[in-house]
Amino acid sequence: MDKNNNNNLTRRSFIKTLGSGVLATAAVMTGCSGKKEQGAITYGGSTEILGEMTYRTHPTSGDKVSILGYGCMRWPQKKVKDENGKEQEIIDQDMVNELVDYAMAHGVNYYDTSPAYLRGKSEQSTGIALKRYPRESYYVATKLSNFSRSTWSREASIKMYHDSMRELQVDYIDYYLLHSLGNDYGNFEQRYVVNGMLDYLQEERREGRIRHLGFSFHGNNEAFDRYLKLHDEGTIHWDFIQIQMNYLDWKNSDAEYLYVQLEKRGIPVVIMEPLLGGRLSRVPDHIVRRLKTREPERSVASWAFRFAGTPKGVLSVLSGMTYMEHLQDNLASYSPLQPLTEEENEFLYDTAELIAKYPTIPCNDCKYCMPCPYGLDIPAILLHYNKCVNEGNIPKSRQDEGYAEMRRAFLVGYDRSVPKLRQADHCIGCNECVGHCPQRIRIPREMQRIDKYVESLKQETL
Amino acid sequence: MLKNIRRTLAILFAGLLTLMLLDFTGTLHAWLGWMAKVQFLPAVLALNVGVIVFLVLLTLIFGRVYCSVICPLGVFQDLVSWLAGKRKKNRFRHSKAINWLRYGMLALFVVAIVAGINSFVVLFAPYSAYGRMVSALLQPIYIGINNLLAQLAERMDSYAFYTFDVWMKSLPVLIVAIATFIVVAVLAWRGGRTWCNTICPVGTVLGFLSRFSWLKPVIDTDKCNGCGLCERNCKASCINSREHAIDYSRCVACMDCIDKCKRGAIKYARRTESPSKPMAAPSASDVHPSDNSRRAFLATAAAVAATAALKAEEKKVDGGLAEILDKKVPERQTPILPPGALTAKHFAQHCTACQLCVSACPNGVLRPATSLDRFMQPELSYERGYCRPECTRCSEVCPAGAIQPITREEKSSTQVGHAVWIRKNCIVLTDDVNCGNCQRHCPTGAIQMVPSDESNPRSRRIPVIDVERCIGCGACENLCPARPYSAIYVEGHLATKTI
Repeated sequence: MDKNNNNNLTRRSFIKTLGSGVLATAAVMTGCSGKKEQGAITYGGSTEILGEMTYRTHPTSGDKVSILGYGCMRWPQKKVKDENGKEQEIIDQDMVNELVDYAMAHGVNYYDTSPAYLRGKSEQSTGIALKRYPRESYYVATKLSNFSRSTWSREASIKMYHDSMRELQVDYIDYYLLHSLGNDYGNFEQRYVVNGMLDYLQEERREGRIRHLGFSFHGNNEAFDRYLKLHDEGTIHWDFIQIQMNYLDWKNSDAEYLYVQLEKRGIPVVIMEPLLGGRLSRVPDHIVRRLKTREPERSVASWAFRFAGTPKGVLSVLSGMTYMEHLQDNLASYSPLQPLTEEENEFLYDTAELIAKYPTIPCNDCKYCMPCPYGLDIPAILLHYNKCVNEGNIPKSRQDEGYAEMRRAFLVGYDRSVPKLRQADHCIGCNECVGHCPQRIRIPREMQRIDKYVESLKQETL
Repeated sequence: MLKNIRRTLAILFAGLLTLMLLDFTGTLHAWLGWMAKVQFLPAVLALNVGVIVFLVLLTLIFGRVYCSVICPLGVFQDLVSWLAGKRKKNRFRHSKAINWLRYGMLALFVVAIVAGINSFVVLFAPYSAYGRMVSALLQPIYIGINNLLAQLAERMDSYAFYTFDVWMKSLPVLIVAIATFIVVAVLAWRGGRTWCNTICPVGTVLGFLSRFSWLKPVIDTDKCNGCGLCERNCKASCINSREHAIDYSRCVACMDCIDKCKRGAIKYARRTESPSKPMAAPSASDVHPSDNSRRAFLATAAAVAATAALKAEEKKVDGGLAEILDKKVPERQTPILPPGALTAKHFAQHCTACQLCVSACPNGVLRPATSLDRFMQPELSYERGYCRPECTRCSEVCPAGAIQPITREEKSSTQVGHAVWIRKNCIVLTDDVNCGNCQRHCPTGAIQMVPSDESNPRSRRIPVIDVERCIGCGACENLCPARPYSAIYVEGHLATKTI
């Protein structure tokens, strides 16, 4: 968003800019007289940390949990060459340690991971970073995942549970979740009830190796009610529940209903996707203007975090902070949290309506759909499309003003964001991905729609 | 003065022509395409009467200025020769024309054109030889620099530059280009315009005409003191200073002698008296394309090294993504002609294999053929992309009329081949999944999906092809998920036709 202005650089001005950039670099290299007093680093807003982190207390265990929780799904990656000279992405452990150090120093004590995240490497990396701190100084959350049916047996499930402890280098888990319960109740029974895992985990909770048992949820209200019914009937006590909540979903996908149900029962809520994978930070220009006009010194993202943190029943708000500036920005929003007023809430609901008008695809880049067996880079395609939507680079017709520039931005950007062989035209519609998407995006349909659009741009038949 | 005009024009012409040969964005051809069209052999093959008449008249008036200004290979030799002259001044001396070789070459060349031995024709056609050198040797560097700029542009969030794949289109062509480069450069380094006056068939034809040219350098015997400076600076070795004679069949009208003469004894003017026969000066040891074997070996080695480097760069697979196998070229019984070509025969006879279309193809479809009868002439293949409906670039750039100009509309109804389905590769049957990617991407709607089991209308659907509607663009082949061999591929036709 802060780079939008440069989109329409012509070749000439590009070379000019390049030239002046080189000159500037040279000047800095030779001069070495850069200003020292730059003030606080600003990342879309003031990151000045005003005071202490806000904590919420778990009603039964008394855990004091930081309102900012660290989502470990998006640790920074780096590219390395393996022995065959092939480039691979691995987690940048040094950077992870640095981020965790900074987070711990500023009061973040809740870390949420899963055996599925980052090609299965997140737990290990998180464990390495946390191991350097006393066990009682942090709470760790992980999950019994369900993405592959081969892990659904009792043995495989217990192994997954033990593996998590080993990878995290802990002998108890503070918050344990059934991963991504959805609309298919039959699947839930198959996965957790029939194989006795639910009983097993409750036993583990009695033994103290699991301190809190809960689940994360992606589904509709009816399904949610069924899982809560288990709680109401006393079949199982849910110590906490993780839901997707943000000001866009509050009314759109009924996060309001989910939250109210939980508050009624006094079940603490952990929030995921408060920023929709960055979609509430990368918003169209006029939304930026709207939010910034009210709070010029706060980032766009800070609104989303304050929204998610304001309800009293929220225990922690998870954010997958890949970069230090994200972490600093969120710390600024939550140290301490300034709850939104009723009027500010209304302002955000109106903003949500404006954002919803933009036909972005609700992809949060969680990568649950990956790897695609036919080699597509699904999230990269969707993110590129959304970027173009937000930047206004989706021409509707050849007569549109600035059609040629928009077309170039879309097509050149597409080849940059996604290698040709991984683009939407290679989607065969096998539907392998559909079940994995927590946002229930009909991926093959979107792929074919984007492909058609790309074709109409390439052939100029728009 | 005259020399400077010649040099300025030559640098301008060769520079722009090279830029056009390098261009992969399709922007320069509109402006500079004529530079390829005024080349002699392409014009002859295209039966471009206007250009031929113009070039003949040009030569009859000014001498072989074509060789000094218009022909990029000639200018390239001048460049090499100029560099060599930096090391050693006054290095040329008069030699006798090797008539048997140059007329022999011309005769062979004409016979080859008539008999359709294209590999021989394209090997010695000067513009084609230059085009190949640029396309095979210089363009990778050019695109490399472009890609560097594109990376910078990406960091600056600018769309001014975009990356373009560098890939090895054909090893034989690379080898031929390197060999040509070495032979021409060595000859030019040692003997100036030896190539043009002994091997180049265009040079021989124009040389025959330039004997009779209206304007030519003339030695004023009254002013000449016989110092021989002109002779020792004549890169065509055609001045016999002792005899005050110039062999105008070899003179390329470079004006160097006029510039060099300290006494102003040489003028670019009408010549009145007929030249006295040049003396027999037996020292013609200029032509030495002899120890080529070692060079060819080195060239091959270099080429192989280059291929290896390219391959390593191509393999870029991210960790979290499924690996994608490279597509392999299916065995086509008939090669695929570019839309705009008429028949395989017409195409073979007119194409000079200058590689202009290959360089210009934005979809990675055109590449030089390796079979002997069509050696280095382009053919289509769809592993890297397909012949996209909106693109007519090869037909726009072809200077020789081998690919005729074609509009987008004409192209969309021009059949260059037809798709063939290969049951054993189709993932619908092998992997038991729904697909239909070929059907979705067929621009003419020639593919339909039908149940694989006739008796069960709900069985998985396989593609069937209506060859009457198929134009052979290769979208199906390129986008087929079966790898390395597609389950649907295009078989070429001997003649293109409108459907």
